Amino acid sequence: MSDRDNVVWLGTPAFPEAARAALADTRLRANLRRATATIRDKRLAVTAELDDWEELRERAAAVKRHTLRHLDHHLLRLEEAVTAAGGTVHWAADAAEANAIVTRLVQATGESEVVKVKSMATQEIGLNEALADAGIRAYETDLAELIVQLGGDRPSHILVPAIHRGRSEIREIFLREMGDWGRPAPDGLGDDPRDLAEAARLHLREKFLRCKVAVSGANFAAADTGTVVVVESEGNGRMCLTLPDTLITVMGIEKVLPAFADLDVFLQLLPRSSTGERMNPYTSLWTGVTEGDGPQDFHLVLLDNGRTATLADEVGRQALSCIRCSACLNVCPVYERTGGHAYGSVYPGPIGAVLTPQLVGVENTASLPFASTLCGACYDACPVKINIPEVLVHLRAEAVEAKRRSRLLPTAEALAMKAAGWVMSSPKGLAAAHRLAALGARLVARDGLIGSLPGPPARWTGTRDTPAPAQESLRAWWRRTKAVNETQGRTTAEEEGRR
Amino acid sequence: MSGRDTVLRAVRKALTDVPRFENPGGPRPPHGHPTDHTGPDIVQLFSERTAEYRATVVRVPAARAAAAVGDALARTGARALVVPPGLPADVIPEGPWTLLDDTLPLTPGQLDAADAVLTTSAAAIAVTGTVILDHGPGQGRRALTLLPDQHICLVREDQIAPDVPEALSRLDPYRPLTLVSGPSATSDIELDRVEGVHGPRTLDIIVVAAT
Ligand code: SF4
Repeated sequence: MSDRDNVVWLGTPAFPEAARAALADTRLRANLRRATATIRDKRLAVTAELDDWEELRERAAAVKRHTLRHLDHHLLRLEEAVTAAGGTVHWAADAAEANAIVTRLVQATGESEVVKVKSMATQEIGLNEALADAGIRAYETDLAELIVQLGGDRPSHILVPAIHRGRSEIREIFLREMGDWGRPAPDGLGDDPRDLAEAARLHLREKFLRCKVAVSGANFAAADTGTVVVVESEGNGRMCLTLPDTLITVMGIEKVLPAFADLDVFLQLLPRSSTGERMNPYTSLWTGVTEGDGPQDFHLVLLDNGRTATLADEVGRQALSCIRCSACLNVCPVYERTGGHAYGSVYPGPIGAVLTPQLVGVENTASLPFASTLCGACYDACPVKINIPEVLVHLRAEAVEAKRRSRLLPTAEALAMKAAGWVMSSPKGLAAAHRLAALGARLVARDGLIGSLPGPPARWTGTRDTPAPAQESLRAWWRRTKAVNETQGRTTAEEEGRR
Repeated sequence: MSGRDTVLRAVRKALTDVPRFENPGGPRPPHGHPTDHTGPDIVQLFSERTAEYRATVVRVPAARAAAAVGDALARTGARALVVPPGLPADVIPEGPWTLLDDTLPLTPGQLDAADAVLTTSAAAIAVTGTVILDHGPGQGRRALTLLPDQHICLVREDQIAPDVPEALSRLDPYRPLTLVSGPSATSDIELDRVEGVHGPRTLDIIVVAAT
């Protein structure tokens, strides 16, 4: 793994320390609470509109799981279809290979700048830095990504990466930095989001009209036709996919779908789960190149970078079904309080806690599988039914095992985590275990704290004071309070509908 | 060893638990829609849903289409209107605007300077309030509906599919496709929704009754 890799941000403190710092930042917490609550309510309102929502989730999960089981087959079909439609397919085993391929492709055009549309895969491989090393400037064009790039910052949410920034901060960043990157911010720029969006429109328009090369990500690719799909809101995606002569799309190998017809479920599930809209403003689909319309040179880079290691784990494999909707972030009580940066990875939140350790090896991110209360809200929200608590518990066992291997500690902790595995893999078992724990632990607690315990747990409790479990488990509490949110969400939406 | 071989070999090695006889093509869940999310009047539903996403929607008989286009242009005060090749002449209104014909392709600069573009569409989706362009005759190449600040889009009533699956089944996947649901928008700044970042900031949809 090269040091430019962004799956984990090197030098970031482990989750517990980073979370402690984030928790102390009250403005960040207020921003996050408002943001996650807003999207959560919108999502509940539009998913409740579809009485077959559960069937759609089932179908999407089935398609994804089955595709992953035959990934080689579908990737070869995709390669054939894209090639037949006039595109060129490249394969990259890791970040360094992918960066080298993209750099070479840009250099072949003779250009020294590219426009980019939001792509987690290119963030993951640190493409912008690699291009900069080769003297190529990459311009982020998604408004939030632009804010992050101009601010020399890192994304903190999958969907709204600059959610940690307030409007006045954004204004300052625009006034200070835009001039260095191109068209400066207009004089007298205010901090109304409308004015800020207008400043971004003007700043980026000249780049869209000038740049000859674009780099994009992909939400889906259909193996039967070779069609690639980008789902977006602002229109910067359409600009990048339409105006340049050369388009380079970097896509994780797990994004392939067997057929164009499969998009019917995913184009219903993704916008509703992600922004809480029935449909996002713009979705672009293209198949190879079309004469006289759009880029005449199209390259698709298929990226592994740890995905096959994830695929090899029969429990963890399901994390590759993720369609990056961010619903699990917005319902997560831990994310809501710590924000995205604490996860120290381009993939934050519950999905990050299961994906990051698998992509880079659990021994490198040992604290991440513990960055969860296992309340199960993420599983309920996930449109492709990834059982995140199950994977978390599985990875906890591995993290503990990895620690044991490196320190040769006794295995009681590892065994306990393994035993927890079967409990956690069934929601009923988990709820029962929580109730049992609440009962059992209060028996040994004094003053609300559990001190040292005899026997195997001594090693765990000897080093920490564990608060006695509350009478109501977090899962029960979350369900109760979430139910309240749910009702509020519907009411708000209904009111809006009447207006 | 090439990147291709490395990746494919790693994929196969990761999947040794999958039985060899398992069919990569199946079992596939059936396509289609178990339930219908539309009411009895899908044209009405389409109009409501597009309007909810802040598009301006009008329903007119075929004979009134050109007049409705004229109203939309007058409302924004557009001076230069882009017309794609293959657009029926009878939907283009007389008025104080200049017509920019893309038969000989206009430059991005010319498109950027134009005020509006008028197109037909390939299909539409009632439940989601979406119009779909396949950029065939009457719709123009993709840049046409991207750079001018106003997009006026004609949709025939019989082009409106009830929901996403039916609409997708009407499309040719080998054409470039653009799904448009309201004008471009962002919620990136403190989750305040702002209409119009990079695409056309004004979207006019004219639903034309089947003749
Ligand atoms: S894990 Fe599920 S809920 Fe979370 S981002 Fe991925 S698809 Fe969405």
